[in-house]
Amino acid sequence: MVLVEVRWHGRGGQGIVTVSRILAQAALLDGKYAQSFPEFGPERRGAPVTGYTRISDEPILIHSQIYNPNIVVVVDPTLIGKVDVIRGLSPKGLVVAHASRGPDELKKILGVSDVSVYTVDAMKIALEVLGRPIYNTAMLGALLKAYPLVTMDSLVKVIRERFPGAVGEKNVAAIKRAYEEAIGVE
Amino acid sequence: MVIFMAKVMGLTGNEAIAYAVKQCNVDVVAAYPITPQTVMVEVISEYIYNGEMDAEFICVESEHSAMSACIGASLAGARVFTGTASQGLALMHEMLYIASGLRCPIVMGVANRALSAPLNIHGDHSDMMGSRDCGWIQIYAENVQEAYDWTIQAFKIAEDPRVLLPVSVNIDGFILSHCVENVFVLEDDVVARFLPPRKPLITIDPTNPITVGAMCLPDYYFEVKFQQFQTLNESLKVIREVTKEYESLSGRKYDVLEAYAMEDAEAAILCIGSTAGTAKEVAKGLRREGKKVGVVKLWVYRPFPQEDLIKALGDVKALAVLDRAFSFGAPFNALCSDVISTLYKYRKDIRVFNCVYGLGGRDITPMEIRGIFEETLEIADTGRLKEYVRFIGVRE
Repeated sequence: MVLVEVRWHGRGGQGIVTVSRILAQAALLDGKYAQSFPEFGPERRGAPVTGYTRISDEPILIHSQIYNPNIVVVVDPTLIGKVDVIRGLSPKGLVVAHASRGPDELKKILGVSDVSVYTVDAMKIALEVLGRPIYNTAMLGALLKAYPLVTMDSLVKVIRERFPGAVGEKNVAAIKRAYEEAIGVE
Repeated sequence: MVIFMAKVMGLTGNEAIAYAVKQCNVDVVAAYPITPQTVMVEVISEYIYNGEMDAEFICVESEHSAMSACIGASLAGARVFTGTASQGLALMHEMLYIASGLRCPIVMGVANRALSAPLNIHGDHSDMMGSRDCGWIQIYAENVQEAYDWTIQAFKIAEDPRVLLPVSVNIDGFILSHCVENVFVLEDDVVARFLPPRKPLITIDPTNPITVGAMCLPDYYFEVKFQQFQTLNESLKVIREVTKEYESLSGRKYDVLEAYAMEDAEAAILCIGSTAGTAKEVAKGLRREGKKVGVVKLWVYRPFPQEDLIKALGDVKALAVLDRAFSFGAPFNALCSDVISTLYKYRKDIRVFNCVYGLGGRDITPMEIRGIFEETLEIADTGRLKEYVRFIGVRE
């Protein structure tokens, strides 16, 4: 893995910065180099926001923004059709989306061919496992299913450190279930 | 050489500076929050509140007061830190000169940000460049690791009895202040050994009153400022000593500047801050294509490392100097002016042009940097300069 760039789409308040950072921290535990940064500027609850993660086996020198991500993760399902979530996505890229519809259907909606699409119903998982509509961490499980960017062990370790106690365990369960339930098409 | 094993943490630039400040056993922090620096002092205040750091946090009503409080505490013998950005640094301007004039070894983290108007919270170097002649040692970090490392080294440099000058550690606002990166941190006791408690030469003390900052008329003022001028220039030697000692415990090599792929470079980019990383990445790619390009990154901007720069430039024929701030009305912008002044003394043959970029947080892309390298290579080849000052990515 030379350098993988991830763009996260969500809305202010959905924990986009948090998941991007958790992913970076997990990469660190795997012995890799990582960067995680928000869309720079004021935070606006409810407005579409993006977050970014870079992961590499080598030290990351670059400090420009990400224009051609390898992976796009759509945390908020209502953004599809409103925000150009595939903007700049590199050829043979990957979309991991929170959606109640299947990956075939989403692929058609997005109008992409040379891209893998994975979907998971993260809201359903969050409500059943966490009992609350907080589905950002579940998307990490779906992402790992689609592409083993970090190890599950490291991810679980970071989650437990970040959310000690029962909350952490529930998030781990949500991640593992999203990993099981995410389905994709190449 | 003993390299102490360190643990790796994922920290933003702001958090890394705060973590370093905690390890440096700072006594007093007086600060006012301002984007994009806020988190830096927020984390420090949390450390103090949690009892992880035994320091006095002075909440002040403005940055002018923040620096005033820092000066008072520093004169009383405390190890002092503050953080600011942009308008906050501008509001401190008057006190910056007093801090250096009174020889207060204060360390300040600056998350560099544009100046109003128009209002903009994003990164550029207008704030620190506006105070570049304030007598402080000014260091720019390329990444979060460097922000951490330089903060620790900054206290050692500032408090050295041969220096006794304040130091600013600059990180690009948002680009570094809000970016999480791998940071190898030292153990607390390693930092404590590197940086023992401050030993002030003279302190203000209510039981033994002295006058500090007394009026100095034409018969002495010039000599006082001349000493300050000489001390700042001579601090380069101390800075280098400190980096050598720091290398022996961290394994990370610092100096007053970094020369990347400069050995046989014919064309080079010179810059400060996070853009140097992107430039190195682009240079790496161009080197694979056989293009003889390199990057010079100044860690220390004040005092300006003239002789080191000349050495680093080697046999370079053309040089692009990147400025992330305007010097309104000047022939060249700040960094380029300093480079050209240095070359005037030592190397008049190098063709130099100035690229202004990234104002108000405008991103500079690898493609744009590649373009600058290609133009610099062409100038190296033909010897012909097209424009002295260029503006990267601006819509005219």
